[in-house]
Amino acid sequence: MATITLDSVRKVYAGNVEAVKGVSIDIQDGEFIVLVGPSGCGKSTLLRMVAGLEDITTGEVKIGERVVNNVDPADRDIAMVFQNYALYPHMSVYNNLAYGLKNRGMAKGEIDRRVKEAARILEIGEYLDRKPRALSGGQRQRVAMGRAIVREPAAFLFDEPLSNLDAKLRVQMRVEIKRLQKSLGTTSVYVTHDQLEAMTLADRLVVLNKGNIEQIGAPIEVYDRPASTFVASFIGSPAMNLLPVSANGSGLQLEGGEGLSGPNTYGRDKYTVGIRPEHLRVVDAGSSHPDAGLSLDLVVNVLEPVGAESFVYASFAKGGPEMVIRVSNHARYQPGEKLQLIADAQDVHFFDGGNGKRI
Amino acid sequence: MVHARLVRFGGAMKKVQFNTRSVPYLLLLPQLSIVAIFFLWPAAEAVRSSFYLEDPFGFGATFVGFDNFIDTVTSSDYARVARFTTVFTLLVTFLSLGIALLLAVKADKVLRGASSYKTLLMWVYAVAPPVAGLIGVMMFDQHVGPMVDFFALFGWEMQIGVNYFDTGFAMTATAIWKQIPVNFIFFLSGLQGISKSVQEAASIDCRSGFRRFWTVTFPLLAPTGFFLLIINITYAMFDTFGIIDVVLKGEPGNNPVTLVYKVFLDGFRGNDLGGSSAQSVILMILVFVLTVIQFRLIERRVHYT
Ligand SMILES: Nc1ncnc2c1ncn2[C@@H]1O[C@H](COP(=O)(O)OP(=O)(O)O)[C@@H](O)[C@H]1O
Ligand SMILES: [Mg+2]
Repeated sequence: MATITLDSVRKVYAGNVEAVKGVSIDIQDGEFIVLVGPSGCGKSTLLRMVAGLEDITTGEVKIGERVVNNVDPADRDIAMVFQNYALYPHMSVYNNLAYGLKNRGMAKGEIDRRVKEAARILEIGEYLDRKPRALSGGQRQRVAMGRAIVREPAAFLFDEPLSNLDAKLRVQMRVEIKRLQKSLGTTSVYVTHDQLEAMTLADRLVVLNKGNIEQIGAPIEVYDRPASTFVASFIGSPAMNLLPVSANGSGLQLEGGEGLSGPNTYGRDKYTVGIRPEHLRVVDAGSSHPDAGLSLDLVVNVLEPVGAESFVYASFAKGGPEMVIRVSNHARYQPGEKLQLIADAQDVHFFDGGNGKRI
Repeated sequence: MVHARLVRFGGAMKKVQFNTRSVPYLLLLPQLSIVAIFFLWPAAEAVRSSFYLEDPFGFGATFVGFDNFIDTVTSSDYARVARFTTVFTLLVTFLSLGIALLLAVKADKVLRGASSYKTLLMWVYAVAPPVAGLIGVMMFDQHVGPMVDFFALFGWEMQIGVNYFDTGFAMTATAIWKQIPVNFIFFLSGLQGISKSVQEAASIDCRSGFRRFWTVTFPLLAPTGFFLLIINITYAMFDTFGIIDVVLKGEPGNNPVTLVYKVFLDGFRGNDLGGSSAQSVILMILVFVLTVIQFRLIERRVHYT
């Protein structure tokens, strides 16, 4: 059990590829941190620097009170779960779990106790004599988890551990990982590109973009108050609607489109206005809503029912981005139908038109 | 209808159907005739003549039963050659495998970082074995070989072709030298085939690189290793004929030779066709045994993919 502290950690790969650009995070003891971002944003690199699999170009990584920059991976007291599980193909499941303990000179009896305990928790007891190739993907995943927990390390590091599983197993394992982490109370750093996985697992999210931190915060905080257009479009599905607008007198002018009734109170020339699909409400055509944060007139393109709810895809008459609106699954809108939509002022997000930062 | 399964190219299995039964056999005919003319017929001939005492001048032959075999295995000369062959084979096999493995492990470390070296090494692959063989032979040339001069610096005046030990040493060293590149290629590709994340998982589980090598890398390399073991034994016993011939320069004298070379000497120099046939039959049986072992191992050998 330990805190993990990253202080201005940078990674420059050969060929001057700056994969991580000065990242600082304070991870609390027992906290479940999820690093999330699109492919290539440097998540794995960051995690691997914590694990010791990658040299740290500059900056400092501390596990507990110890600076581990030059500590061997085996001595960092961490355990890692890899995307492809990385089980030892020539060892039985039992030995896969026991290998790290044996190398640390642990007594046979204690090894056996820990392996059996992990096998019981993860329900892999029946497979202990099998080789990994005789296991299904889900079972291998459990063995990989088992190999991490028998070590009783100060921290778990996960690099997209669920990406190779099918959708149903992924949800099941996600729940299980969360429960396991809470019951063990082990500090965890989890890397994923799947925003849903990130939202459901994290105590705190770290959203990464091109080697920089865009935002750190509790999932709901990040969802409710995205720090930038990048976070706004990355977290949430379907993504937040983003409208590039410019100031037009006291109102707003949609770029390449019509004027919008909305506040222009931030004193900039260009904004990006963001509205989540669930925050747009259909109102009677022609009705007046002077206190609404934003009012839009759209034409329905298509209605997409997904079961519990439906999504309406609709456009502005004079051009601009296509909007997504979350509606009840009973809604029956026809393509070509005109809709008037409003959003409450507190649900309308304003971002700087230049750097995309939240205003 | 005959279904012919053709070779797999890049994973796509091509299947061709022939309408007549004879076509596939016709296509196989050249290969089969080569096997028959260059292998089956001489082999049968060797088995036949191993039971005869051949007149050295080619005037007829007398059936002598197992006499040739009995004479061969009881002769002290044969025992001496067999002993040398065993030592030679063991040394060549283990040293060429060991050195190649060491080099491959070092090369693998470099390659894991940078892929640009890979292309560079490919050239070494392509050029190395024949050229290395030639260089090896030249290195130990009694007159112009730098190794001979090198050892002379330490007071070892090598007398290749005269002194039994020196000659055996030169043969062994050259044979090892020549086989290293082949083993290196196989080991390196075997190492490259080991998943990077498995190695990384091991580096988290085990601090000692030495221990990691023997507990993870080496076992994962075992299929390659077993394959190479058989290949190298076969090489040392049979394919080193050329090296031995070059080192001896056709003057066997009292020098060490391998069993295969002795077949040649007795048959073509000594004109003892019956005896040399008996020896080659023994070698054939040996090859057969090796082949059976190889197939058994390959069959039983776990493939970790
Ligand atoms: N060994 C490496 N050498 C050079 N560049 C690398 C190496 N590993 C990763 N990169 C680059 O660093 C960036 C971040 O990679 P990575 O951390 O794997 O991203 P993620 O895990 O977020 O998908 C990418 O642009 C990738 O191409
Ligand atoms: Mg990654």
